[in-house]
Amino acid sequence: MDVELLEIRQHMGQFPPFDGLSDELLDAIAEQVEVRYFKTGSDILVLNDTLNELCFIRSGAVEVYRRQGELYNRLGEGDIFGHFSLLRNHKVRFPASAIEDTLIYFIPNAVFQRLCEEDDDFADFVELERPRLETAAEQQKKSNDMMVTRIRKLVTRYPVMVESTASVQEVAKQISGAQASAALVIDEGSSNPRYSFQDSEGKTWQVCGILTDSDFRTRVVAEGLSPQTAIGDVISERLITIQSDSSVYEAMLTMLRNNVHHLPVMYRQRPVGVVHLSDIIRYETQSGLYLVSNIFNQSSAQGLAKLAPDVRAAFVRMVQEGANSQMVGSALSTIGRSFTRRLLELAEEALGPPPVPYCFMVNGSMARNEQSIVTDQDNALILSDDFNPDEHDEYFHALAAFVSDGLDACGYTYCKGDVMATNRQWRQPLHVWKRYFQDWMANPTPERLLHSSIFFDLDSIYGEDIFVEALQDLIAQTAPKSPLFLAAMARNALNRTPPLGFFRTFVMEKDGKHNNSINLKRRGTAPMVDLIRVHALACGSKAQNSFQRLNDISNTQLLAAGVSDKLSYALEFLCMSRIRHQVIDLQEDRIPDNNIEPENVEDSERHTLKDAFQVLNNAQKFLKFRYPIPTQRQGR
Amino acid sequence: MFEIRPRKKVVQANWEGYMAERAQRVHDDALKRFFDMPLPSPDTPIGKVPMVALDMETTGLDERRHAIVSIGVVPFTLDRIPLAQRRYWVVKPSRPLDEASIAYHHITHSEIANAPDLDAVLDELLEVLAGRLVVVHFRNIERPFLDAAVKARRGEGVLFPMIDTMSLEARMHRQTLWARFRRWLGRPPVSIRLNASRERYGLPAYQGHHALVDALATAELLQAQMSYHYTPETPLKALWC
Repeated sequence: MDVELLEIRQHMGQFPPFDGLSDELLDAIAEQVEVRYFKTGSDILVLNDTLNELCFIRSGAVEVYRRQGELYNRLGEGDIFGHFSLLRNHKVRFPASAIEDTLIYFIPNAVFQRLCEEDDDFADFVELERPRLETAAEQQKKSNDMMVTRIRKLVTRYPVMVESTASVQEVAKQISGAQASAALVIDEGSSNPRYSFQDSEGKTWQVCGILTDSDFRTRVVAEGLSPQTAIGDVISERLITIQSDSSVYEAMLTMLRNNVHHLPVMYRQRPVGVVHLSDIIRYETQSGLYLVSNIFNQSSAQGLAKLAPDVRAAFVRMVQEGANSQMVGSALSTIGRSFTRRLLELAEEALGPPPVPYCFMVNGSMARNEQSIVTDQDNALILSDDFNPDEHDEYFHALAAFVSDGLDACGYTYCKGDVMATNRQWRQPLHVWKRYFQDWMANPTPERLLHSSIFFDLDSIYGEDIFVEALQDLIAQTAPKSPLFLAAMARNALNRTPPLGFFRTFVMEKDGKHNNSINLKRRGTAPMVDLIRVHALACGSKAQNSFQRLNDISNTQLLAAGVSDKLSYALEFLCMSRIRHQVIDLQEDRIPDNNIEPENVEDSERHTLKDAFQVLNNAQKFLKFRYPIPTQRQGR
Repeated sequence: MFEIRPRKKVVQANWEGYMAERAQRVHDDALKRFFDMPLPSPDTPIGKVPMVALDMETTGLDERRHAIVSIGVVPFTLDRIPLAQRRYWVVKPSRPLDEASIAYHHITHSEIANAPDLDAVLDELLEVLAGRLVVVHFRNIERPFLDAAVKARRGEGVLFPMIDTMSLEARMHRQTLWARFRRWLGRPPVSIRLNASRERYGLPAYQGHHALVDALATAELLQAQMSYHYTPETPLKALWC
């Protein structure tokens, strides 16, 4: 290396994508650089000119425009531009001019192409948007996949299945022969629709129970039963199963919650295997697991409140161990749900059994399994249609207050919008809820749209799940056929927009203004979630989680091919940035919030965030176009 | 110092005549090739002039007592400074190196011990300079040192027109009415050294006192000066000296 080029080489080597290059490649660039000075206000790239060089800003500042003259980006020292054109037809598509005195290092196309060929990271970096977000999201996924690994991956073989008429001894032989530790017990019929399936000959069977090694001890030998006893007489009626697309983590929590060591894995109603606690022990992490069991061991709301610091500690540990946003969101939601469930159990202990069946519903981020460490509570009560306000409401009001106060004490602050079961409006029988939802979709007003965006993320966490399912079905059936509602929701989803990107220590707005910090929820994740919800409503998806909604959306023609992947990567990255900055807040003894300050954003994160904002911006533009206001309505 | 005098009339040297005359009389082959290569005419717009930035590190400031240690050159135009065409030589000074100058330009005894005499690189140097207008920052080093060194080795010296970025800077900051008024008021003069001048145009600070880095820095400075105070159409004769 010629020492005289160190000046150039060392400068470039500080900035992505050059920071990851081998010394040899860095030398090759420095050797070939061409330099030019541009005074403030002068053009660097002119639209449609031929471009055969990559531009690197050695000093100064540059603005890049869209064809229509709209500001596309503002760049500073160490940034590059022009790669978009080099990868395509070598015509300038984004003109650029110097907004300060600027020194540009031009890197000839031949060198640029060599870099793309020889260094994958460099190639990923310069290919716009998708790959960088994808790489960032994939790297996070790689590092720890307990939350995204589906439980079906741990199923290695078909379950041992025995008819309920078989003798205990016969079953014991079969289990031993298969070197298994449990067998599923089945019988003919379909009285239990949840577990009914057809075999290859078309015969209908249903799973009626499971018999494990330890059952032989406790239910057969200890009871002194004969080896000839029919197995159907021995098994318990309580069957805990898990769906094959649930995560390993959920399976673990299900085992813990129900105190079982074997879990039949179902594909819809059909059993596909049995997992044992030992199968998932290698996935075990301390995060969440002990905390959840601890939650269920608490006997008072005060005891639960003392666990709040543990939640924050588990959060920090998960992020440090490389969890991705879905894992963190799901874990925090599970923890939040556990708090709520335990509070409901305690409330029922104190108040007595409920006078009519009810379902405790959560909304917002907890329903989506996307909870963050900075969160309030959104919940509601769906009561049985037998509900009589005069007789029963006192009980449910007390129940709601117990849970709501308890959650507040545990760090889930009261909802500012009063979306809580303590609010009589949100403590109603099912038929009233159905009417609410129908009205909101038929005649959207600003207030109803706001309600829709909160309540249309909904999940049951305690009681009669079927009530929430009925509402989910109602939405999935009605929303796709309500163009006016979709158009209104789409417009509502455009109220919050992303910034353009970063410039030095500022956040850059589209009009060129600077800000010192950015609320990443308000300007990133929330508008993204809003946008995904609109598409999910349009395609009748019943999924609540934004990533699962995107999956459903990608199976339709609503978005162009590949767009839902892009959105998914962008959302993952936005969520993760927010999470990382909350961890920084916690580590520095600050109250975590949703703000990030540009000076705390690393270079590589800046570029990826900028891409994510761009993806969101494009998706918002498309949303308006995709869900136009129906014309007959406009005529009125 | 108590009156504001009118600016002195700058007398334009007749470089064309001088170069043609030298081409006629020169004996050394390399020098003959150099003087044979015509320079752009004085009326050529600066935007069309091929240039070469030149910088030398020396053991001191007096060409009679000190010697050249290294030479850096970068051919360029107002459009581009292509680093691929840069050249850089370390040469063995005919006079011993003193410790103070080592600290200054970071070239060590061992580097110099293995370096050739200027005579061995002179042909290559003249080839790069030929046909290009030489740009320096402070011509009173490069011009006399090169002339003296060539004279000592080839028996005849070498002089040619140069653009001096320092004197262009001086025109702005030392010779204007405003500058003389400032001086009359007793204000310290604006620095016209390379780094201070670059700073005024928003150019980054480079690690100084390396002949090639300084040559590059000089080329960038000229581009900046041209874009602020002149145009690509400014004729060469308004700039050279």
